[in-house]
Amino acid sequence: MGAARERQISRTAPAGRIPKNMPPSESSKVSLVTPTRELPAWKKSIINLDFGFKGLMTLAALVVLGIVGLIVAELVQGSAPAWQKFGIHFFFGSDWDPVSGGFGALPFIFGTVVSSLVALFIAVPLAVAVAVFATEMCPRPLRKTISYATELLAAIPSVIYGLWAMFVLVPILRVSVEPWLMKYFAWTGLFDGPAYGIGMLAAGVVLAIMIIPIISSITREVLIVVPQPQREAALALGATRWEMVRMAVLRNARAGIMGAVILGLGRGLGETMAVTMVIGNNPAIAKSLLAPGYTMASVIANEFNEATSDLHRSALIEIGLALFIVTIIVNILAGLMVWTVTRGTPARTNA
Amino acid sequence: MPKRQISLRRQMTDYFFTGLAASLSVVVVCTLIAIFAYLVLKGAGSLNWSFLTQTPKPVGEVGGGMANALLGSIMILGIASLFGVPVGIGAGIYLAEYGRNRLGQLVRFTSDVLNGVPSIVIGLVAYGLVVIPQRHFSAFAGGVALAIMMVPTVTRTTEQMLLLVPQAVREAAFGLGIPQWRTTISITLATARGGIITGVMLAFARVAGETAPLMFTAFGNQFWSFSAREPIAALPLQIFTYAITPYDDWHRQAWAGALTLVILIVGTTTLVRFVFMRRILGGAR
Amino acid sequence: MATAVEVRDLKAWFGKTEALHGINMSVEARHATAVIGPSGCGKSTFIRCLNRMHETNPEAKADGKVEVGGTDIYKMPAVDVRRKVGMVFQKPNPFPTMTIYDNVAAGLKLNGTRKRRTLDEVVERSLQQAALWDEVKDVLKKKSGASLSGGQQQRLCIARALAVSPDVMLMDEPASALDPISTAKIEDLIFELKQKLTIVIVTHNMQQASRVAEFTGFFLMGNLIEFDKTEKIFTNPSDKRTEDYITGRFG
Repeated sequence: MGAARERQISRTAPAGRIPKNMPPSESSKVSLVTPTRELPAWKKSIINLDFGFKGLMTLAALVVLGIVGLIVAELVQGSAPAWQKFGIHFFFGSDWDPVSGGFGALPFIFGTVVSSLVALFIAVPLAVAVAVFATEMCPRPLRKTISYATELLAAIPSVIYGLWAMFVLVPILRVSVEPWLMKYFAWTGLFDGPAYGIGMLAAGVVLAIMIIPIISSITREVLIVVPQPQREAALALGATRWEMVRMAVLRNARAGIMGAVILGLGRGLGETMAVTMVIGNNPAIAKSLLAPGYTMASVIANEFNEATSDLHRSALIEIGLALFIVTIIVNILAGLMVWTVTRGTPARTNA
Repeated sequence: MPKRQISLRRQMTDYFFTGLAASLSVVVVCTLIAIFAYLVLKGAGSLNWSFLTQTPKPVGEVGGGMANALLGSIMILGIASLFGVPVGIGAGIYLAEYGRNRLGQLVRFTSDVLNGVPSIVIGLVAYGLVVIPQRHFSAFAGGVALAIMMVPTVTRTTEQMLLLVPQAVREAAFGLGIPQWRTTISITLATARGGIITGVMLAFARVAGETAPLMFTAFGNQFWSFSAREPIAALPLQIFTYAITPYDDWHRQAWAGALTLVILIVGTTTLVRFVFMRRILGGAR
Repeated sequence: MATAVEVRDLKAWFGKTEALHGINMSVEARHATAVIGPSGCGKSTFIRCLNRMHETNPEAKADGKVEVGGTDIYKMPAVDVRRKVGMVFQKPNPFPTMTIYDNVAAGLKLNGTRKRRTLDEVVERSLQQAALWDEVKDVLKKKSGASLSGGQQQRLCIARALAVSPDVMLMDEPASALDPISTAKIEDLIFELKQKLTIVIVTHNMQQASRVAEFTGFFLMGNLIEFDKTEKIFTNPSDKRTEDYITGRFG
């Protein structure tokens, strides 16, 4: 509406009200919305409050952005000395010697990757089995119990997993499992060396237990979203229940399950406490899964407070930065895969 | 009849895989039971009044407790909630009521990213942000670290719960002439109140068990501390410190601490899920 | 090869609610039988009992005798029943992650058929029977089942069902989600198919029933009110309720 027209209307009638004698054909031309500058004071203050409220909420949202910005800034700033000194070779060198000032992060990258792979190897079959069982196979009353059990596993803090792993899992590994593996699977070359109990295998097992809940619950979401007619199509062709699950459910949910697995990987990469307590904290690159190792998160946890020099601290922060970048990439990738399957169907909390 | 035989093989495969899925599920459930069983077994005996009220005794001496760690955890969590909850709820309100735009998408994405950042990295950041300028470890620094971790959870839950409130409710308020800001606070927020509290409690329970971010911020303390500006003990941190020592008595206390922590966290989570979830899911329909 | 479907005193429940109250029907082999009635009268439930899909619903129960080719289907494994009695659903449901070829071959592969040549032959034959062959023969293994149009998808589902060589084909409102041209194509199909198979088709479209089926059963509130030659049902029904439905007084 042009300014001229506005002026014209305010000459014909008080803004916001239609005069009694105005014929219907004219009344529709009167603006019922009062221009702000003509409002009484109390109404103006409400609009200001609306504005202020929205501003406050926007501020909170911006704080979220700011936090991530601060994280990036802190990590980059803190790791700058180490980056300047070692450059990209920081990630390829395997000599980690704080005393002499040599810092190569390869052993930690190796440890992080291997422990996570071992964890995935153990966790994925278990998590997918639980999800498939709970969604497709199990009798109704048991469903809630199983989903509650997986939720409980997710609620246990890392340090408690570590405690349990140290005093319960490690002895079992040392006394029973590892000797058995050494005896029957030595041919793989993966199970050499003394059976300490602690080491890569222990870390992998406890990590596996910790990531099962997240892989399982996302897989369950993805399976539920598969439309029922797909299942019926398979059944109508004469498929057994397992064949139906394989053909109509798992196939359709493939991408989403992959996303769930990668999300689990993302969680495992950043896991600190439980792994620190059982991995042995030895910055060595060994072929055997029974050997002690070190992960990126563990070395930061163990050495940061006792760092011998600023360079040492900076190197640890650089490891932190690398961890940050890797976890972000992995999580984004996984999120995309899950999203394409569920297509924004709101993820319901498991009841 | 040959057809029957094929049917048999397929039937067997069906049974096999169903059995496999069932047994693996049993394995998972048994692991859970094993963990809880050990916690109770090893911790229940040491979980007594003196444990809950005394501070640690010097190395080598038997006895003492984690009272200071319990208090420390409460203080740190209080500080964390002070910062994390308002930011989270505010951001959640923004996303739900004003956030159907580019900025909203960005914030949502960022919040998810923040959710996935390893807790130890957050600890490093809080170290740089708070400990270095302050020149000492403190409960405040620990609170900041945990606050950062609470924000994504609270934001997401708040947004979800607000979105559950039907548009019709808001429109009813507008129709009565109630301004936007008032509607959001008194009507929408009030309707979603239960769910939002649930979200806050869940975020609370999640960060209550975090150790890594406290290692370089709160640092730990063998004695009582009542100031937010000093290093302070925290339950998960104390459990870790004790666990990695060679002293049996401290191991025993670590188990007791672990049992306490699990009871508090699992208790909160269960309470929240069963009591509040039923109510708000039933009410919001 | 000729099979009749003999239904004796078929009752079905959803939980505690009885949805079918004792149906008796004899379906003539190699003819098309239509099942008509207003919404909720039990016609879908009925047809789903004929291949034991009804019981895939956890609350569902069925009782009575259904004989296909002389064998009581409730006395054999459900999986085997569904090989003899195929089904096409209201909304086309091809497997989206499989190619056209794999969709049609899905049922065969389940039964252990592995020979490439056999599969190729059956896929081609089924697609031809479903009048889809010419349209997709060049993209069999390139396009996914879900990339076809609605009418094509439904013919794909028909081909898929035909590939396992059933004796009876159940069709639950197969054209109701389709446009008129696709509907006409499917009706032509039924004409061809019933020379070799027995067809039972649920439809809410009475003109369709009269075009396509020799026999018609009228269902109302879980009961089979009248079952007779289609011609008789539509021109001179014996029961007043049938007449009311036909003339559009309700339904």
